[in-house]
Amino acid sequence: MKLSLRTFVPNTDTSLSDSLLDDYVFQNFDKMTPADYDFIGFRSGLEIHQQLLTSKKLFCRCPAGEYSDEYHAEILRHMRPTLSELGEYDGTALMEFKTRKEIIYHINRNTVCTYEMDDTPPFELNEEALDIALEIGLLYGCSLVDELHISRKQYLDGSIPTGFQRTTIVGVNGSIPYKNRLIPIVQLGLEEDACREVSDYGHTRVYLTDRLGMPLIETVTAPEMRSPQEVAEVNEIFRRLVRSTGKVRTGIGSTRQDVNVSILGGTRIEIKGVPRIPMIPLLTYNEAQRQWNLLRLRRELHRRGITPQTFSYHFDDVTRLLRKTRYTPIRNAIHENKTVQCVVLHQFKGLLRWPTQTDTYFSREISDRVRVIACLTTLPNLIHSDSPSETLSTAEWQSVRKQTNSSNDDTLVLVWGDTKDVETAVQEIVIRALEATMGVPSETRQALSDGTNGFERILPGPDRMYPDTDLPPKKITKDRIERIARLVPEPYWKREEWCKTLNIPSDTLKPLTISPYYSIFEKAVKDWKLNPTTVAVSLIQYPKRLKRKCLSLSNLHRDAIEAILLLYRDGRISKEGIYIMMESVCENGTLEVDFEEEDYLSLLPNEIEKCFQDCKHLPFHHYEQMFRTLMRSVMNRFRGKIDGAIVAEQVHFYLKTLSV
Amino acid sequence: MNNSEYKGYRGIALDTLKQFGAPVWSDVTIQTHQGEFTGIILPRSETADEYHIVLKLRSGYNIGIAAKNITCITVTGRKEAHYKIPEKEFPYDPKKPRVKLFGTGGTIASRLDYRTGAVIPAFSPGELYGSVPELADLCNLETEKLYGVFSENMGPEQWKGTAEAIGREIEKGVQGIVIGHGTDTMHHTAAILSFMVQNSPVPIVMVGSQRSSDRPSSDAALNLMHSVKAAAESDIAEVMVCMFGPTSDEYGLLHRGTRVRKMHSSYRSTFRTIGDIPLAMVSRTAIRPLRTDYKRRRNDKNVIINTAFEEMVSIVYYYPNMRADILDSLIDNGYKGIVIAGTGLGHVNKPLYPALKRAKDKGIAVYMTVQTLWGYVQMYVYDTGRDMMELGVVPMANMLPEVAYVKLGWALGQTSDLDEVKKIMYTPIAGEITERELSNGYLIFQGGIPEVEEFISKIRK
Repeated sequence: MKLSLRTFVPNTDTSLSDSLLDDYVFQNFDKMTPADYDFIGFRSGLEIHQQLLTSKKLFCRCPAGEYSDEYHAEILRHMRPTLSELGEYDGTALMEFKTRKEIIYHINRNTVCTYEMDDTPPFELNEEALDIALEIGLLYGCSLVDELHISRKQYLDGSIPTGFQRTTIVGVNGSIPYKNRLIPIVQLGLEEDACREVSDYGHTRVYLTDRLGMPLIETVTAPEMRSPQEVAEVNEIFRRLVRSTGKVRTGIGSTRQDVNVSILGGTRIEIKGVPRIPMIPLLTYNEAQRQWNLLRLRRELHRRGITPQTFSYHFDDVTRLLRKTRYTPIRNAIHENKTVQCVVLHQFKGLLRWPTQTDTYFSREISDRVRVIACLTTLPNLIHSDSPSETLSTAEWQSVRKQTNSSNDDTLVLVWGDTKDVETAVQEIVIRALEATMGVPSETRQALSDGTNGFERILPGPDRMYPDTDLPPKKITKDRIERIARLVPEPYWKREEWCKTLNIPSDTLKPLTISPYYSIFEKAVKDWKLNPTTVAVSLIQYPKRLKRKCLSLSNLHRDAIEAILLLYRDGRISKEGIYIMMESVCENGTLEVDFEEEDYLSLLPNEIEKCFQDCKHLPFHHYEQMFRTLMRSVMNRFRGKIDGAIVAEQVHFYLKTLSV
Repeated sequence: MNNSEYKGYRGIALDTLKQFGAPVWSDVTIQTHQGEFTGIILPRSETADEYHIVLKLRSGYNIGIAAKNITCITVTGRKEAHYKIPEKEFPYDPKKPRVKLFGTGGTIASRLDYRTGAVIPAFSPGELYGSVPELADLCNLETEKLYGVFSENMGPEQWKGTAEAIGREIEKGVQGIVIGHGTDTMHHTAAILSFMVQNSPVPIVMVGSQRSSDRPSSDAALNLMHSVKAAAESDIAEVMVCMFGPTSDEYGLLHRGTRVRKMHSSYRSTFRTIGDIPLAMVSRTAIRPLRTDYKRRRNDKNVIINTAFEEMVSIVYYYPNMRADILDSLIDNGYKGIVIAGTGLGHVNKPLYPALKRAKDKGIAVYMTVQTLWGYVQMYVYDTGRDMMELGVVPMANMLPEVAYVKLGWALGQTSDLDEVKKIMYTPIAGEITERELSNGYLIFQGGIPEVEEFISKIRK
């Protein structure tokens, strides 16, 4: 077998000396302190993907943001690696090619045109999306580029039918404040979103194409976060900051982050597609722990004299030998004419049981590679002699050892499947074991719901970039930047400072400062001199309440809200009237000022008198009871038109006059 | 200083690079009024403006920086790109058939061109084997680059040269020929080669790609595999076009060279057999003929190469209100043949009649085809058709307009006797006229209709 090793530059950083690896005990998640993270050299950076709120997609005129599982047609594609602009193949691309996947796309005509299918060249870049990206670039204080160059970023996993993502850099070198320092923003990109995966089994992977092509921005920070908590906090700042523009999508899947983690002596690992910020601390902790344990594993291998130079293995076909085994997965495989190979990792005894993450062992690292690259997706896809129980009988292990001529210090790994897949699997097992002698291999890893992570693919490098020859460079004019600069919102933390002085309730303050309605709030308070809390509650809590009543807020435009607040300012509706009118706008679609120009206040005394006459025969036991009854019936007449406080005052006045 | 060190730069951008001694491929840090940028200076496309410098950032992204904003460039190193498809020697297996691959250009194999920013063709057996190693399972491949042009630049000179090259290879005993060609005019070349190369003992397969081979989703590799398989193994000794059947990576179709046409500006499945059905389906594992009336592969070398061609021939696409001056200008400029793509069954309006009469009097061959593409010319149905025939217009049955154009050039290249020309035009050589049109020849489904939608949902397009 010819072993084609991927380019792997081991981290030769020796500042984490072997004795430290031996002496330091990695703490449980709850016990880790900032000092612990500092000690292991924890570093993390973020790549935040945020969909933009545009009506159409980035390079075609399909509607954005419409999701459906329904589809009308299927397309089948295979991907082949191509050269980068600098004439090199990307490692990830070659890995994906090994998988020999058939990619199937589900096409829904309502959301996808021939562009997404890669049967029509791109249309011009969506200007609306570019404006939003530039606005956020200014918000980050980035150096904006003078000329956009659209690039193709290769994705051979099939998540984009072209095999690449169209992407462009809008700005570089921005920053946001955090604690007493700045978190540098390396770059801000504008790119098209990828497909949603439906399934991935064996050599077939299925994708939905509705999300494909939607505009999103990618914010890349420097690896300046020093603990898992910091990563989550910084991520939260970004989330709120971009939302404060009011021009990004919200809701499930609209924001996804890739988290890069490394420790001293480790490697940058990308944890991909973290859907929720609260998951970040545990995920990054587990990754740090994994790297720590892999470094310890390397130390152990070196102690046994196994280095990249001395590493050795052999493998053998054991199909015949195991055809009568009681171990069902292998027996079934042999029944189906599949092959069983045994890889012997010399001197590896016990190391496949080396812990990596919580309740996870080094064997998982190997099994993951076999699953993803050799497409042996049915688990377990391998067994090994470091965990012999419940698989082969002792006698069977013995005979495998005998046939393969291996010693008791070796670890045997058995893998089964179609001959070609097993051939790839054997290669991958050897590659991963060899990599253990070098340290932590560069990988993209998948976030799992239990806070651990699994192998997704080899970490792609800059070699997967290629200029998009379908679109010319696009100049960003000074006029455009100046126009957009006027739209850039004030950072929300500055808004918070001001709102705090206005005594806005804390549950309303946070959402208010990133709300698209914030400019209305500012106007209402500064220009119309309305009560800040009333306005804040109206803008933040009322829409929430309406949503809970299952009303659609799509009719509640800014104009309607402003008009309602102006009616309140002019005394034509009461505080309660704000909510009632908002509800009516949601229901009817328009703002109907149905009441006539009446002077309700002047009608109030007569109405109190009338209501009193209607209820005075009732047997009231005390004043409060009488007041409440009268108040209720008067308010039925004036709700939303006169402020309740004024009515109460007048009712009190009336009752007191009576008693006099 | 040598300007080639500053590939593509001019004006202020060039001046700025020179001022700081930063030629193309320099690893630099650039200070601007906007901030600092670090990366490699790339060549600039000649068609792009003179105000910006292209920088490849460390992340692999390219950006443009306005030269006027630059305050300083510090050169720290140099990294020149060597864009080269890995070349590997094509393996030889005495048991496999010999296939010759001619390159004429197009996107079947291509690489980046910094001069224009577009892709340009690249081609050698080693490169092809480097990028499509599967070809070695099918044949012993030899390649020869005849031309390196985009298909719109293919013309009589290249057609003749290709036909002659095919003749030479058949003489040498190859078992199949593949011609890589840009897709835009592939059907013109396929048609003329059907006339210039007759009685071929081996398959002659034209192939291209609709997505250039620098893209992971390119159809180039699969098209190449299909076409090489057809050339090496198929029993069909005709000039054919081999391109995707559906847009999916499923199978290719072998279209007869005189009945095929590019029908979509960008789809992978753009080539369609018009007014008939394709010759065969081809996948990586099998060739499945769809008909039996094709010319079979033979063991002799009795090919006839006839590369006569008269270039003074034109196609006129008729439109309502066309004036006689259009035809007059062709007549006055010495054209010897005119193919009209007429409306419906083959009509033009009355104001053209005087010009048609002039053409007849001047001995110009005028042939009628239909712009409906599907169906026959029939000039007896209406009086106007009869009038035109009186004026010397010859109905060309169901020959496609482009095919009629190249065939008329080929016929006029052999003789100027119009009766002789007519005889040649009417003698079917490679299926350019069919005696019958079967009911499954014309199949254009109307999308949106429930039964069509149901059908589409069940197959991979």
